[in-house]
Amino acid sequence: MTALPTRKLEAFRYADIDALSSVWEQLAAPENIEIAAHKKVQQIWLPNGEDIEVRRAEITLESGAEMSLFALNTARDYGRIELDVTLREGACFTLNAANIGAGESNLEIVTTVRHDEPSTMSHQVVRGVLGGKAVGSYLGKVAVARDAQQSDGEQSVKAMLLDRGATANCKPELEIYADDVKCAHGATVGELDPNQLFYAMSRGLDPASAKALLLEGFVMGLWDEAQDGDALREAARAALRSVT
Amino acid sequence: MLSIENLHATVAGKPIIDGLTLSVPAGEVHAIMGPNGAGKSTLAYVLGGRPGYEVTEGSVTFDGQDLLSLEPHERAAAGLFLGFQYPVEIPGVSLLQFIRESLNTQRRARGEADLSGAEFIKLARAEAAELGMDAEMLKRPVNVGFSGGEKKRAEMVQMGIMRPRFAVLDETDSGLDIDALRTVGREINRIMRGKDKGVLLITHYQRLLDYVQPDKVRVLSKGRITRSGGPELALELEREGYAEAAA
Repeated sequence: MTALPTRKLEAFRYADIDALSSVWEQLAAPENIEIAAHKKVQQIWLPNGEDIEVRRAEITLESGAEMSLFALNTARDYGRIELDVTLREGACFTLNAANIGAGESNLEIVTTVRHDEPSTMSHQVVRGVLGGKAVGSYLGKVAVARDAQQSDGEQSVKAMLLDRGATANCKPELEIYADDVKCAHGATVGELDPNQLFYAMSRGLDPASAKALLLEGFVMGLWDEAQDGDALREAARAALRSVT
Repeated sequence: MLSIENLHATVAGKPIIDGLTLSVPAGEVHAIMGPNGAGKSTLAYVLGGRPGYEVTEGSVTFDGQDLLSLEPHERAAAGLFLGFQYPVEIPGVSLLQFIRESLNTQRRARGEADLSGAEFIKLARAEAAELGMDAEMLKRPVNVGFSGGEKKRAEMVQMGIMRPRFAVLDETDSGLDIDALRTVGREINRIMRGKDKGVLLITHYQRLLDYVQPDKVRVLSKGRITRSGGPELALELEREGYAEAAA
């Protein structure tokens, strides 16, 4: 077992080290996921209901493999999703994930995507809905190796803060050694738009329903492509209800 | 039906509506015309209850009820519809879901049962068909990527499904080409003409009034009504401009 990390490590700068230490002993080594060449897979990661939930995976996509990961991070105290993804030639990885929390919860999604070979694609979309004193973070590193020409790495991160005490941290990071690549990233942190709220209320929605509908719109688009995603959609809706 | 008495309102502390009095009896369509900056949109927002639009004096009564004491969603449940000059985009929420949840929330507030999914879809399809709107459009996110004309048609489909008793329509004609103008005019007549209904039609131009014949036309200038008349007043304004009429 390796030593408990500290916040001095970049990938743990927003981590709840106390919470992490309480599960560190039992925490298995990162789950190893290998997707064979030209295989297409989808995974859905649902929260298991524990107060502290840390999930780590090292994922390798062989040539031409495709993986779509849909993940919902809602642990009451501390939730951490940590991915280290390696892409071989022509592989394609998509992540659609949400941090939804209130109270004192600290939720983070930490990813490293390694575009090691040419024509690789990664597309990460992360949404946060944070109330109370919750903290939601996304630390995402996209590394494109010298040989990985014609690769495409995209990160879109948006967070919505419902209360003054809530915090969102977004840190998309690019490390590019190839010259023929497309890498886009965008990050926004905001509050519900008063124009949208008034429009919805003028149509008859009470303030709580109007808020819930707008937040649903903000988050639920993440799951549009999920096959058999009903449990995920229901869990996300329940999480949204609990924070508003 | 709607009665406004000596209304004064401010936006960000600045007086915009300055002693406005008018009433619209049931069964009538009244047009409010006026130059830019006269307070037309402010009047619409005050009637809709938009936060930040503060009434400092006067009263608004809707069927004997104090409208200004109601929250925006309570006004909708009471039967008031506000047609927006600039309908707002809501990404991630389909028009269908938006209208259905709004309508059912209104119905619950009035002590009526929710419409079932099937009942609602049938109603929504029928209303879209009246407008000549492709039913697929109802599945798109609210107003997102809609052209100006599509946004105004989407307002009309909402009004058709919700069947309000009174509509305040803020420059529903702006941004419309001639065909869309005719459709929107026809829809206002179809949905809102009735002996227990009323419309306050706020517009800058006379052209919508070719399709929706008003019972009364009023000129709003500097926050108050400066002239009142029949449909002929709109034609006079078109000919002579607001400068003459407002003076």
